[in-house]
Amino acid sequence: MTVVQTGTPLLTAEGVSKWFFLGNTLFRRGRQDVVRAVDGVSFDIRRGEVLGLVGESGSGKSTVGRTILRLNEPTAGSIRFDGHELAGLTRRQLRPLRPRMQLIFQDPFSSLNPRMTVGRIIDTPITIHAPETSRAARRERVAELLHLVGLSPRYAERYPHEFSGGQRQRIGIARALVMNPDFLVADEPVSALDVSIQAQVVNLLLEIREKLGLTMLFISHDLAVVGCVSDRIAVMYLGRIVELAPTRSLFLDPRHPYTEALFSAEPIPNPAIRRDRILLKGEIPSPVNPPSGCVFRTRCPYALPDCAKVVPPLTEVAPGHAKACIRDDLDLRPSQHA
Amino acid sequence: MPVDRIDELGGRPEPEQTLHVNRNRALRRFLRHRLAILGTVTIAVLVIACAIGPYITPFDHLFIDIRSRFQPPVSGAHVFGTDEMGRDLLSRLMMAGRVSLTIGFAAMMLSTIFGTLVGAVAGYYGRKTGAVLMRFVDAVLCFPNIFLLLTLAAFIQPSLMTITIIIAATSWMEVARVVEGQLRSLRERDFAVAAEMIGAPNSHIMFKELLPNAVAPIVVAATLTVARAILMESYISFLGYGIQPPEPSWGNMLNNAQQYLNSAPWLAIFPGLMITLAVTSFNFLGDGLRDALDPRLEV
Repeated sequence: MTVVQTGTPLLTAEGVSKWFFLGNTLFRRGRQDVVRAVDGVSFDIRRGEVLGLVGESGSGKSTVGRTILRLNEPTAGSIRFDGHELAGLTRRQLRPLRPRMQLIFQDPFSSLNPRMTVGRIIDTPITIHAPETSRAARRERVAELLHLVGLSPRYAERYPHEFSGGQRQRIGIARALVMNPDFLVADEPVSALDVSIQAQVVNLLLEIREKLGLTMLFISHDLAVVGCVSDRIAVMYLGRIVELAPTRSLFLDPRHPYTEALFSAEPIPNPAIRRDRILLKGEIPSPVNPPSGCVFRTRCPYALPDCAKVVPPLTEVAPGHAKACIRDDLDLRPSQHA
Repeated sequence: MPVDRIDELGGRPEPEQTLHVNRNRALRRFLRHRLAILGTVTIAVLVIACAIGPYITPFDHLFIDIRSRFQPPVSGAHVFGTDEMGRDLLSRLMMAGRVSLTIGFAAMMLSTIFGTLVGAVAGYYGRKTGAVLMRFVDAVLCFPNIFLLLTLAAFIQPSLMTITIIIAATSWMEVARVVEGQLRSLRERDFAVAAEMIGAPNSHIMFKELLPNAVAPIVVAATLTVARAILMESYISFLGYGIQPPEPSWGNMLNNAQQYLNSAPWLAIFPGLMITLAVTSFNFLGDGLRDALDPRLEV
């Protein structure tokens, strides 16, 4: 780890990679394409902290979230959760740890079982991990959680399709909280919602985090949302972390050209403000065949010939602020002129 | 609590989206399907007639009365006439119906359970397990059913039980395919990931989370299986490997009737009619259920 930090980390990821191997079927073997969805990602999340993870579609954000929760087996690297090494554990070995870490999904329509009542959806974790719990106690816990996420306890008897997207997302949050987890991965929890509902759900998450002292990895492609939720932010591009910094430091003083481009793409709700937009050329390259050296160099306005030679390591440039770029001579601070 | 007010903003469930109405919508679609209604009614009549009919008629289906052989229908006490040994045709048809319907339902149950298990395991585990199981299904599907049935029947002592098992053994593949496809797509849904996330065992995810979402296509496939099982039972009984005389079955009654086709055509017409009626009714019912339960219409 290159970033000096205080506080004990709840979760530490070191050199985590997730590669997907393509084209291996029963009858076709041999040459394989490899999708490097996540390639050597390291970070840690301190107790009570919210780490934001931003990046465009296909940058591997969700894969990072699912891999550290061990929904995927990492191809390489180590994931330590509160002293337990998660990489290499079997499903059975993971089971006792499951209640302590949970996931909130992006799509509130696919994440709730349409054939189960809301009450059943929320209390299923209890029936699995504490089957001796009485029906009355379970019902009480469900009511408590529905109240916590701002829904009426009488909704427990209803089915998911009777609810709006925002309400469904609340139900998903209630399910994630039922076993009192320490660690929550929120995988684009508000991207599928209307803007007005987004604020409500974000506020709810913050309130709950405060109340329950949760540690969170908050994944989003929306810098504004991540900025208002996170203590620190990691910026991902093509399976790698290109910049990792405290929120304030990242917003005021971005050091990586990609972060600058992301800020430049954020809409400003004031038409009087004009600024020079940095438009990235082309598409995000294919993770099957990533560029040599720095993966961002093909679209970087500041790229030098040297960028193709080595993969720039994530190095600390200010206290707690790390970037993966060989150019130290850039001033990328946002300039706004009226 | 500040979040309470959000509840009101989040939008109330729209009345047309309630489960109650959803179920009614499926029922309404089913009721619009005239042929399906007709099929359901016919099946109900057949089942009731075969279940209680034999207790009501004054004639025993095995009672031989040589003096009143080959009585044509509606000519005397025997409404459907009598056969070459003077046995009452109506009683025999109803007893035969018991056999056919029992075999139809029992074979359907067996093949649905087995097919669902195979399909669920193949679809849920996927990869090599799924590939091997489904190629096995394809292989069994390639066998010409009727020859397989006859071969098996030739080796095994025919009885209600063995015939049911043999028929089930040749008709579980379709259910397996339907279930495999369903589970393969359902297991990618987020709620399956959520179940995995809470550390649910595979059996819980398969049977409690995923399968309930595949009930509609299973019901449709099962209904069509009943029709096929009745038809198959008739085949093997007609060819003499199924239910053995003097116990009647629609198939072996048809076989008997062959010799008297000119002199006593009703002996062939009635059992044939019964088979057609039962099979088409189940097919109509299956079609109606397919339309009514089609999840694509459930927007």
